[in-house]
Amino acid sequence: MSSLEFRGVDVWYGSTRAVAGFDGVVASGEWLGLIGPNGAGKSSLLRAAVGLVASSGDVLVDGVAVAQRSHRQRAGLIAYVPQNPLLPDDMTGREYVLLGRSPYVSYFGSPTRSDRNVVDDVLDQLDLHGFEQRRLGSLSGGERQRLVIARALAQDAPILLLDEPTSALDIGHQQQAMELVAGLRRERSLTVVSAMHDLTLTGIYSDRLALMYEGHLVADGAPADVLRPETLAEFYGVRVTVQHEPDGTVVVIPRREDIQV
Amino acid sequence: MARRYVIAGSVVVIAVLAGVMVGPAGPVWWRVPLELLDRLPLITIGSGVSDAEWNILWEIRMPRVVLGGLVGAMLSAAGASYQGVFRNPLVDPYLLGAAAGAGLGATLVLTVGRGVTRSWPVDPVPTVAFVVALLTVLVTYTVGAAFGGSTRTGITLVLAGVAVTSMVTAVQTFLLQRNVDVVREVYTWILGRLGTASWGDVRLVLPYVVGAGIVLMLHRRHLDLLRVGDDEARSLGAPVARIRLVIVIAATLGTAAVVAVSGLIGFVGIVVPHFVRLTTGSSYRTVIPLSVAFGAAFLILADIPGRVLTDPAETPIGVVTALLGAPFFLYVLRTRQVAQ
Repeated sequence: MSSLEFRGVDVWYGSTRAVAGFDGVVASGEWLGLIGPNGAGKSSLLRAAVGLVASSGDVLVDGVAVAQRSHRQRAGLIAYVPQNPLLPDDMTGREYVLLGRSPYVSYFGSPTRSDRNVVDDVLDQLDLHGFEQRRLGSLSGGERQRLVIARALAQDAPILLLDEPTSALDIGHQQQAMELVAGLRRERSLTVVSAMHDLTLTGIYSDRLALMYEGHLVADGAPADVLRPETLAEFYGVRVTVQHEPDGTVVVIPRREDIQV
Repeated sequence: MARRYVIAGSVVVIAVLAGVMVGPAGPVWWRVPLELLDRLPLITIGSGVSDAEWNILWEIRMPRVVLGGLVGAMLSAAGASYQGVFRNPLVDPYLLGAAAGAGLGATLVLTVGRGVTRSWPVDPVPTVAFVVALLTVLVTYTVGAAFGGSTRTGITLVLAGVAVTSMVTAVQTFLLQRNVDVVREVYTWILGRLGTASWGDVRLVLPYVVGAGIVLMLHRRHLDLLRVGDDEARSLGAPVARIRLVIVIAATLGTAAVVAVSGLIGFVGIVVPHFVRLTTGSSYRTVIPLSVAFGAAFLILADIPGRVLTDPAETPIGVVTALLGAPFFLYVLRTRQVAQ
């Protein structure tokens, strides 16, 4: 269980300010959904948290700035699943998941028995034993995504960052991937931050949504409070109907311009 | 797992034996293994090899085999490492200008420096080739790092290598064109040769090859980590830029050293690692050590036909490696494609 906090995080690409003084706390065990139009700074914020882009301000885990920790210690706290993970075609599933243990292997060391046991547990939990010896190039999109999540889990970090985890998947596999993360989050008490475009899906699984626009945090709250037609119209420039299901699910439905509601 | 290493070891032993047994002069081939056994402590076998013949074995064939093995092992391991570091299967150990620099160094000595160095007791070509090779790679790396903003992706570095290599080659061509009388000498050097190998050459390259080999072996896990991309490797806690720099330095030092004594033997550094990947899998845990073994065996074997085919004038080994290696590699490529 670990909390994640952003204090005045700024990310600059040349003269473009991708993230502008982002403040926010993700409580221990909470799932925060980052939403916002393309270029809003969602990915940059996640990348700043794992140190992949230069940033100013502070990212804190359990109140301690990650900048004070070594790269390996940081990797033991925050696992990151990029939008387009690079999966070498000729690497086997097991080799790939084992890479997740890297933060725990010393520079000249090699993975130990306990590292292999962790990998076995993860493969068990995700029912991936059939893919151990399969080449990554021979896997489908859904299978690849499960292996990437398995690699992140092998990292054994209390915080999981997901950048567009469902963008390459069909609706069935989208649901599967989200259910997988939701289940793992319960079992392992993970703190999750996901950046996603599918507003309905994000709303279903997140405890809280943070809407970003041009690098700024512009709305923050429960899905029902953030996913409002006027808010979405303002920042996405869309016409939508928002429907509230009896079970609390918020459904965002795009509207055709030429049909009057 | 262990079976691969036994096979690789056996191939090296066979290559070494073949390398010392075959040659235009010296003892009858089947007497050679007997003589080698006889030389071992506690074993006495009448091999019928005369002292003069033993001298041929020890002073000519042995250093040639050992040097061939070292050069082949180094170029293959360096090639595999470069391919890993730049995530580019078409990269060879000469990518950043080591070969072009060594060629320019040799050309400088044989043209501009000829009047001065003719009377020297020590041949300055290897040293100058080594130094100019390192300088060339240093220029490439500095330019690539400066223009690339960071060494995060290898692409800028690869392109800088292409540019610097063509500039250095242009200077070399210019020098050669001004000194047509040494073209043949330089050309022979460029095509690569092991024929003049001595134990002195072996001593010259050994520290670099062993040092570079150890560093590359210790970075096998990092090479595997780099395969998933810089971002993910960094998110897994790896100091990517430093790892890349250390591997490039080791591979370049080793490459420059072997190129300085053996000339530009092409094809080994790109084909041997791929042969290993195609036959035994792509993890660098096995690719590096097996490239060392098969690279050594390949070059020792490739050095044999050159000695006998066109005796007494030898066929350059660079010609043999490409002429025999290419069809063999295409065959492996085809059988693997069919198997998949």
